[in-house]
Amino acid sequence: MTQSNRISGGQIDRSKTLRFTFDGITYQGHPGDTLASALLANGVRLMGRSFKYHRPRGPLTSGSEEPNALVELRTGGRQEPNTRATVAELFDGLTANSQNRWPSLRFDAMGVNDRLSTFFAAGFYYKTFMWPKTFWEKLYEPIIRRAAGLGSVTREEDPDEYDKGFLHCDLLVIGAGPTGLMAALTAGRSGKRVILADEDFRMGGRLNAETHAVGGQAGADWAAGVVAELASMPNVRLMTRTTVIGAFDHGVYGAVERVSDHLPTPAPGKPRQVLWRIYSGRAILAGGATERPIAFENNDRPGIMLAGALRAYANRWGVKVGERVAVFTNNDDGLRTADDLRAKGVEVVAVIDSRQGEEVIDTSGRLGLKSITVRDGKGRTREIAVEALGVSGGWNPNVNIHSHHRSRPVYDPTIAAFVPGAEGPPGLLVAGAASGALSTHAALRTGRDAAVEALGLTGAAELPEAEDAPVRVKALWHVNHGKGRAWVDQQNDVTVKDVKLAKQENFTSVEHLKRYTTLGMATDQGKTSNVIGLAIMAELTGRSIPETGTTIYRPPYTPVAMGALAGRSRGKEFKPFRLTPSHHWAAEQGAVFVEVGMWLRTQWVPKAGETEWRQSVDREVLATRKSVGICDVTTLGKIDIQGTDAGAFLDRVYANTFSSLAVGKCRYGLMLREDGIVFDDGTTARMGENEYVMTTTTANAVTVFRHLEYCRQVLWPDMDVQLISTTEAWAQFSVAGPNARKLLQKVVDQDISDAAFPYMGAGNITVCGGMRARLFRISFSGELAYEIAVPTRYGDALLREMLARGAEFDPIVYGTEALGVMRIEKGHVAGGELNGQSTALNMGLGKMVSKKKDSIGMVLSQREGLVDPDGYRLVGVKPVDANGRISAGSHLLEKGAAVVAANDGGWLTSKVYSPHIGCDIALGYLKAGDRKIGQRMRAVNLLIGQDTEVEIVSPHFFDPEGERLRG
Amino acid sequence: MIIHHPILGPRDAQEFVYLGDAALMNRPDGMTAGIEEFHDWLYNRDNPAGEHQELWYHEQGDRSWLVVTRNTVTHEITKVELARDVARSKGRSK
Repeated sequence: MTQSNRISGGQIDRSKTLRFTFDGITYQGHPGDTLASALLANGVRLMGRSFKYHRPRGPLTSGSEEPNALVELRTGGRQEPNTRATVAELFDGLTANSQNRWPSLRFDAMGVNDRLSTFFAAGFYYKTFMWPKTFWEKLYEPIIRRAAGLGSVTREEDPDEYDKGFLHCDLLVIGAGPTGLMAALTAGRSGKRVILADEDFRMGGRLNAETHAVGGQAGADWAAGVVAELASMPNVRLMTRTTVIGAFDHGVYGAVERVSDHLPTPAPGKPRQVLWRIYSGRAILAGGATERPIAFENNDRPGIMLAGALRAYANRWGVKVGERVAVFTNNDDGLRTADDLRAKGVEVVAVIDSRQGEEVIDTSGRLGLKSITVRDGKGRTREIAVEALGVSGGWNPNVNIHSHHRSRPVYDPTIAAFVPGAEGPPGLLVAGAASGALSTHAALRTGRDAAVEALGLTGAAELPEAEDAPVRVKALWHVNHGKGRAWVDQQNDVTVKDVKLAKQENFTSVEHLKRYTTLGMATDQGKTSNVIGLAIMAELTGRSIPETGTTIYRPPYTPVAMGALAGRSRGKEFKPFRLTPSHHWAAEQGAVFVEVGMWLRTQWVPKAGETEWRQSVDREVLATRKSVGICDVTTLGKIDIQGTDAGAFLDRVYANTFSSLAVGKCRYGLMLREDGIVFDDGTTARMGENEYVMTTTTANAVTVFRHLEYCRQVLWPDMDVQLISTTEAWAQFSVAGPNARKLLQKVVDQDISDAAFPYMGAGNITVCGGMRARLFRISFSGELAYEIAVPTRYGDALLREMLARGAEFDPIVYGTEALGVMRIEKGHVAGGELNGQSTALNMGLGKMVSKKKDSIGMVLSQREGLVDPDGYRLVGVKPVDANGRISAGSHLLEKGAAVVAANDGGWLTSKVYSPHIGCDIALGYLKAGDRKIGQRMRAVNLLIGQDTEVEIVSPHFFDPEGERLRG
Repeated sequence: MIIHHPILGPRDAQEFVYLGDAALMNRPDGMTAGIEEFHDWLYNRDNPAGEHQELWYHEQGDRSWLVVTRNTVTHEITKVELARDVARSKGRSK
């Protein structure tokens, strides 16, 4: 049975044969086929099972509006579920499988749902699965999810790339049917930059599916000629396989180009899909129209499809859907299907025209249409054996893109459909069938006129001759007959009965109808069903169709793969990081790295024989405190601040005072937010009379800079102060430990003795015989410590020089873990304490907030709730038993208190093992903590089952008098 | 969205960071205003359906803070100014 239903003609290349499989069976097709057209050519009408009732289904349409023929394409990591067979371009070797069936498409065990349909009507979840409450998550939901559904997702990573791109044009034309082609041709000939995008792989729209002549030649040939002319214009970009998915603000449109979906694998270096952002001067929606079915009993059998689709398969793809065909229509366009099929030699056994009083009231054939039952105007019924039925209920203009800014479509009774309303996206015109102009002549004329209007052109090209048949339609939404089910939304299995039930339960607004019955909520977004559903609701409630209205249209127009939205932002590219100047040295040593903010930092540097991270970290801490350690602190934000008002500016942005700082000194600064909460901290040095260097935390480098620009430009616009971020300009190392000065003196050219360079000194120096550098005598570790900075590109060399020249002091390089241990031993706040909820007072730094000057956050930091004497205070915490374990995040409770939120006294913000103290130590916030030093409490962590007796101590575990750092 | 930067011309909104109501620039003087006044300035803002002046920062650009007049219903942008100029016109200085 090879292409038994293939007939003559069509835009397929019969000189080449493509082999493909569907559910494991091999078939043949031709280039130009879709999966659906090729399967139909092979006599396969059954392509899927419905969502809820598992009803056997075949394609309803020949385009992207398809609700039924959803398949899984390809295999392995490239497997893609819920793909519409009607738009899947055939290629040699394509593997497709049906979905939502078990064990097979022809025999689906879940088809039992269809027999139990009484229980699955609209709202059945809400009514049936309410009680008992606990059953929902454990029992009902898993069963329902397994039974109802679509395709399955591959567990393998997608091996292909997706990309994003940006395009600019004077005119974007959406859709390349007769309207879009005429618009693009008119605009293109004027020399304007034009983008013409169409979701199909062949431009021409309905001209490819019709037998109409345009300009004295076949419509498809005319289209091909126009496409060729457009392709020769350098100012025109033709984009096939490109769906414009949404209208966004200010003339920006989103579009997805399926670059490689029609190929077995993408060509080398090519992405599978590209998400385009198109910046347009003007745009024309020429998106055509979508045919609408009619709801009647058992109208969902494979072989029943839209009349326009039936003739598209015949005219464009040379496929007859069955031997004996009937047409059921309420309009003249449906009659064309009968004419075209007859011209192709297909036997059309009946044309049922509802305007003549005849209606199809039922059908038979479980896995494929076998017969239809027709009732005439006198109530007599007859059964007609057919394999295919074309249904036409009229055409709905594709108003979607025009309605993306909430413009409401308006009902036009002359075509029994909604047309675009007023106030669509600014700059967007609608032409052709999308505007309700349904003849070929009207499409060409309105397309041309829209281009002329959009671009302000003078003179218009002559139009080729084309049919201009009037629309003759008499609305028919559903057939009133019998008690069986008549499908409105085939993808979500919503029937006329469900709409009636919604009315009965007073869900009469279209938005309620949609949510109660799920009408139009499937992946097809109700393109073939919404209007029927709301028209039936109008009928039931006695309202007019305009009164009933439509639901809101939202992007995307058709489903978009997550990969296209992600683009290249996946894996490591999702959140790129920078390397520190010491990275290469550290990598040579086998260092372990960690992502910190936007950086990759050294976490620790293991030595031979160390198998546990704690061994390395403890050694780094002890070695630093014993002799000297070096840590790369380049990641701290660095901002140069200059100008005659620099000091006054710093007084405003810091809670404490900087204008009084002597040149050549630095000071710890505390920065608040306007609400009085601590924003950031760091040291700032005065390098000259009008020159400061600020450091920020690694995490806040960007936001602090943004904030300073805000203060400078918006709050105090006349201050003479200039800023530049130098975070990446300077490589900066902390050199800490009793031998820090001795080591540094080996590379620094100037005298840095305590007298020459005292504690909190800062200045410009040179190293290694003239290299410019900066030196700050500041300490985060509690040791005698400095931070030394050189231009970034010399950072690696400086580190190697310090290690080589200072070898006699056995210097080590420590990472972020040892840094954390030493700062907690010293009681310095960092990320865990700077949590966006804590004040200076909470941190024990309340006295730093000067009330003698205006500064950001000063006023509101004095609010009653923030100065509560019983509020949280920073404390140190250690287990009473040195072997006791405590954890960050544990909560502090009084001994004997019940472990309930009401008894919560505070929590641990940071915890490390201190090799110096010899046990776990932590910092934490404790209510009235400053008055609880020396008390015993419990650190409780219910998540990991810890309940440890602890002692509340000063947060300064190490050298509380600061003798070492002043040494 | 596209913001017509007064110096750099049309730029995509993705280049900017949004802060909020431009009324934030009317910061009281901390030496004279009390908690009540600061609280009202910081927390109480109008939420108009229609024309709205708001602060945007051109972070992926020239670091200008801008005052953008935007219709919150239609997203139409009718005016874009340098925030520094607006601040000065409101009498802000040092």
